[in-house]
Amino acid sequence: MSGDPGLYDIPGTTVFTGVQTRKGYHLNQFCMSLRLAANRVRFLADERAYLDEWPMTEAQKQAVLTRDWNAALAEGGNIYFLAKIFATDGTSFPEAASLMTGVSVADYTAMMLAGGRSPEGQRSIKEGR
Amino acid sequence: MARITAGVAASHVPAIGAAIDRDQVGTEYWKPLFDGFGWTRDWMSEQRPDVVILVYNDHATEFSLDLIPTFAIGCAESFAPADEGFGARPVPVVQGHPALAWHLAESLILDEFDMTILNKLGVDHGLTVPMSLMFGQPETWPVKVIPVLVNAVQYPPPTGNRCWALGEAIARAVASFDEDLNVQIWGTGGMSHQLQGPRAGLINTPFDIAFLDRLTSDPHALRKIPHLEYLREAGSEGIELVMWLIMRGALGPGVKELHRHYHVPASNTAVGHIVLAVEP
Repeated sequence: MSGDPGLYDIPGTTVFTGVQTRKGYHLNQFCMSLRLAANRVRFLADERAYLDEWPMTEAQKQAVLTRDWNAALAEGGNIYFLAKIFATDGTSFPEAASLMTGVSVADYTAMMLAGGRSPEGQRSIKEGR
Repeated sequence: MARITAGVAASHVPAIGAAIDRDQVGTEYWKPLFDGFGWTRDWMSEQRPDVVILVYNDHATEFSLDLIPTFAIGCAESFAPADEGFGARPVPVVQGHPALAWHLAESLILDEFDMTILNKLGVDHGLTVPMSLMFGQPETWPVKVIPVLVNAVQYPPPTGNRCWALGEAIARAVASFDEDLNVQIWGTGGMSHQLQGPRAGLINTPFDIAFLDRLTSDPHALRKIPHLEYLREAGSEGIELVMWLIMRGALGPGVKELHRHYHVPASNTAVGHIVLAVEP
């Protein structure tokens, strides 16, 4: 843990603290490499081989290979870095969000059009508010 | 002398840039968002600022986890739009103002704000989307831009209070630049949004509206919002709102709200926009 315990008390949220950065450094730097078009091509041609060039944990590699974004967040991924994979795949943010929130893209999009997710009950696990 | 005449705030969602670049601004989904910037485009063409100090955060574009400056300033002659993973946006290269930028960097450091100096910088949607919102799709951008970058990726970003104080120092530095320039300062990012995890999609309209209101009614209260409150109330990415306080701090005590627009959603985000004029 680092810093305010409140950082760990927000439902469904991983705050990108130094703890996460230490855990996810290589995962995020791999994501960063996808800023280059040539690397995007090489990654898509053989994802496993490309990932094996990076000193990532097997859990991190599996999170990428299965596009399990919540697992990638737990393994130290940062959403702005993971977004390089979304862009490589041609996945929109709402599509990625539907996977992270466990609802269909249609339902997620409808929720956003209706004003988004209410903060009610989503502020604090401990305080239940 | 150079003078800051106005402050502008706007969200900087990548999907807004994509909608502009793909000619979708008139669609049912996007039209209500873009309509709220029409007033500002007209106003910009009357105001004709010489320089915009554009406060934004890099989104894993220029800065990886190898180097994470809390505050940085772009002093280069120009700044090319960067490839963020889906190709660079087809927008003009951004022209800098190196003379004023270096004056700001030197003044701020001597004023005890330890800026990182960037002589090369590719700019991402955080900078180019607000430019597109304010100026549309010109052949060349009608203003010079000094990028001021704030870390909003790695926790913790600077506090709102520190951002406000940096804004005040920027205003002092601009006022001591010996050239007659009409300077605007823009704060970008926000408003409430969360892009990650099972809580993705969080929007807090009452929080956002109160934030917009307090920029004029009670701005000093905004300086005291703790990070945890931004995270809980405005979402994990809503903490970008601290950057608006650099803009507000630079405007001084007397401001007048000229225009505001609020729209949900742009992709995952609540889009807020406000134009504040300095009242001498």
